[in-house]
Amino acid sequence: MSYLSDVAALARKDLRLELRARDTLPAMLLFVISTLVVFHFTLPQGGSRLAAFGLLWVALVFTALLGLTRCFAAEREGEVLDGLVLAPSDRSAIWLGKAIAMLVFLVAAEAVALPAFALFFDPGIDGRTLLGVALADLGICTVGTLLAGMAAASRARELLLPLLFLPLAIPIVIGGVGTSVAGGGRYVELLVLYDAIFAIICWASFEYVVTE
Amino acid sequence: MIRARAVEKRYGDERVLRGIDLDVERGGFAVVTGANGSGKTTLLRLVVGLAQPTAGELEVGVPRGRLGFLAHEPLVYRELTALENLDLYGRLYRVPERRERIGMLLERFRLWEARRQRVGSFSRGMLQRLALCRAFLHEPDLYVLDEPFTALDAEGAEVLDRELAERRERGTFLVATHAPARFDSLATAQMALVR
Repeated sequence: MSYLSDVAALARKDLRLELRARDTLPAMLLFVISTLVVFHFTLPQGGSRLAAFGLLWVALVFTALLGLTRCFAAEREGEVLDGLVLAPSDRSAIWLGKAIAMLVFLVAAEAVALPAFALFFDPGIDGRTLLGVALADLGICTVGTLLAGMAAASRARELLLPLLFLPLAIPIVIGGVGTSVAGGGRYVELLVLYDAIFAIICWASFEYVVTE
Repeated sequence: MIRARAVEKRYGDERVLRGIDLDVERGGFAVVTGANGSGKTTLLRLVVGLAQPTAGELEVGVPRGRLGFLAHEPLVYRELTALENLDLYGRLYRVPERRERIGMLLERFRLWEARRQRVGSFSRGMLQRLALCRAFLHEPDLYVLDEPFTALDAEGAEVLDRELAERRERGTFLVATHAPARFDSLATAQMALVR
């Protein structure tokens, strides 16, 4: 129980910081809407539904990446991560709290992006697409938060995070696009497997990311 | 409580610490001095476990939850209030009677009136007082303090003097400072680092 209360306290802190500073979610919203508008004008009239879904996933992955670059910004300022790392709680609670907060931001961005996508492209968003997005969000936030933690310690963090994250996001994009356009089945299994494996890996390895 | 033998720390090719031997018994009060860049802060970071020695042996006889670390930076969130920051740390350190302890420390360090202000609006001296509250909140067994009097005004320094004298009876101290005379009445050992 104390582990969960630590996670809750850390996630609540991140949400409170965002409510005060508003430096992540507005940027994500602006980015995803701008990207969809640009795609709307670049995709030829009568373009295929498959292409439209491909563009949606490009927008979602890069919107998540934008949020992830800000993920540890508050901790970098004033070296607060040192204070959290020294607390007696399990260090993976820092990762899980961050991942939950990141998931909230991403879902909030998608709550605006998906209706906008439906408006611009009229691709027929159904339950399978929403399932794909939900499962992809879990993978993006678990893996992305760990990588953001690794990049936070580096001076070249803005360069390092995309280099680490985008290759690892390829299975998420494959699973997400596949679920959206080809139905559930193997693609849902791929996303579930990815989420489960990387959640365990990230949970177990965050300790080593934040210690020298 | 702290035992170091031939401890060395390198960052890449740069050797920051070399051949450090240190013994601090339980209840001891060790003061570390040295010029800028002599490795005082690095030594403290090694002791609290935020960095690992490149060579040598370092044993610290307390779990990390019983350490109270005052760093150069206050280790608090600028967008949260003083109360919210201490409440977060109080939860993570499982401080019993958290609210009462936080209130008492804020009163003692004269931050009670500013408890609902965002820390980003604090002066450097107020930040240092808050950092001291954070480091003392869980009544640690080992206090590792880096320049604790930095930025404190006369009133703040007086409060800290009283706190150190009171806590000296219950805890072990490792303090890095440029002003060792300040700790003459408390120190049991002194160590000078050279570049």
